[in-house]
Amino acid sequence: MAFAAFGSAPANANTGQNLRSGKIVLALLLPGLLYLAIFFMTPLVSLVITSLESPDPSGMIGSYQYGFEIQNYIGVLTDYMPQILRSFLYAIVATLLALLISYPLAYFIGVKIRRYPMIQRLAVTLVIAPFFISFLLRTIAWKQLLADGTPLMQWLHDIGLLAPSQYFIGTPAAVIFGLTYNFIPFMTLPLYTTLERFDVRLLEAGSDLYASPSKVFRKITLPISMPGIISGTLLTFIPIAGDYVNASRDFLGSSKTSMIGNMVEADFLQNLRYPAASALSVLLMAVILVLVTFYVKKSGTEDLL
Amino acid sequence: MKKPWGLAVYSGLALVFLMIPIVYTIIFSFNDSIRSNTVWEGFTVRHWTNACARADVCEALGNSIFIGVVSTLVATILGSAIAIGLVRYRFRARAAINLALFLPMATPEVVLGAGLAAFFFNLGFPSGMLTTILAHVMFCLSFVVVTVKARVQTLDPALEEAGRDLYANPNQVFWKITFPLLLPGIISAALLSFALSFDDFIITYFNSGSVSTFPKMIYVAASRGVPAEANVIASSVFLFAIMIVLVVQITGSIRRKRLSKMA
Repeated sequence: MAFAAFGSAPANANTGQNLRSGKIVLALLLPGLLYLAIFFMTPLVSLVITSLESPDPSGMIGSYQYGFEIQNYIGVLTDYMPQILRSFLYAIVATLLALLISYPLAYFIGVKIRRYPMIQRLAVTLVIAPFFISFLLRTIAWKQLLADGTPLMQWLHDIGLLAPSQYFIGTPAAVIFGLTYNFIPFMTLPLYTTLERFDVRLLEAGSDLYASPSKVFRKITLPISMPGIISGTLLTFIPIAGDYVNASRDFLGSSKTSMIGNMVEADFLQNLRYPAASALSVLLMAVILVLVTFYVKKSGTEDLL
Repeated sequence: MKKPWGLAVYSGLALVFLMIPIVYTIIFSFNDSIRSNTVWEGFTVRHWTNACARADVCEALGNSIFIGVVSTLVATILGSAIAIGLVRYRFRARAAINLALFLPMATPEVVLGAGLAAFFFNLGFPSGMLTTILAHVMFCLSFVVVTVKARVQTLDPALEEAGRDLYANPNQVFWKITFPLLLPGIISAALLSFALSFDDFIITYFNSGSVSTFPKMIYVAASRGVPAEANVIASSVFLFAIMIVLVVQITGSIRRKRLSKMA
């Protein structure tokens, strides 16, 4: 449902018409599901196997043999604890910021301007517009706009918001800023698809019954937006927790802002420490799976897609 | 409503905020810079008239388009079939299939990238163009299913029944009725899939070996400064994509108007 904004508005599902051929279902579903089994499930298994490997006796860098080294997990947990904690901290803050920024925007587009479908469509197009220009270039644009010595930074120094020796790029704040910016559309879209179907007469009913505006919001608007809030939070939190572009030195971060993704990249592609990189990925995936399980328990599987 | 304009002003500002880096990227495609494109040095259309001045930029673009087209084609076929099967037929294991389709979307890219790289590495399969395409089909697939599924759900089964009543065989019903009605959904799924593939960096970085793609080229260039030609290409892709979206939306709303008049 999260990305339904790309398709057309969903109407009543008309199912159960054709119960006849299992063969057709199989022909339709099998190729795609087989593909996912090979190129999604097997790689995850591969990751678990690699994460338990031990160094090759030959001692060659990047050579490993099959093993059952639980020690690898303890190793990454002790070595990378700061990065692990930082990833989840950044992800929580950026997700909350994205929610705070997106909610009023999604409410405005989905509810307030629904009488003007053309403007509404234009606004949705603007929300998804960032998807059409390179994520990396957008992040570089912020890096250059917020770099030391730019007019904006100069102004922040002048009004005293930043101390003379303080810079923005390379700080945790810059990374969180970049993460929030980059994932606002992922939060706004699911919120919009939920709020678009919100029956505003419920609000009138609420105020007719003498509920204060804040009570109307808490008792009506918020519970109705919950599916959007939950799927938006999931769609934002997960990619942020695994992101390493914003936090990397060449973008908005520094060596002091490294996240899990930076460590996986460095260990996998530069240091050739495949078991460590895999163990770290498996740990990240485990946390994500807990979150998804929680979501499925709460909302079932039909709303996932 | 006490402050009818507060929310409107806020939303306008939020949309402007979203647009800032896009506008910046487009403006800097006109920057008269020689190597690194970080400081404004004056206006020029030089980079636009000769976007392939940097051979590496154009080669990366070519690779990205090729990878995008091939993976979109495969993902759209596999994903549309799943979407039709999921909406039209009732069967057990639905919940499991929904979950299997959702998980690739819920997995962080770095885990997908490392997982596939470990998988290809353990098989002794060299990474390159083929591994990149195989990876892209995988992460585009679920997004295609989501988009096409929304369209299948709006389809009125009465139209297909009418076809069957007029003695069309199942093949004719599908190609003359179902498929044309699903086409707008399939097209938006393909566009989304291409956009995802074209902009993917993390999974590609882990699985493309020495093959360069447009995002990979930018990432590698980021430390020394990205050439303005990259801005030119990104800006043209952006303007082209926005045009397609607007055309799809406008024709869509005209069609809806016509249909609602008929009804």
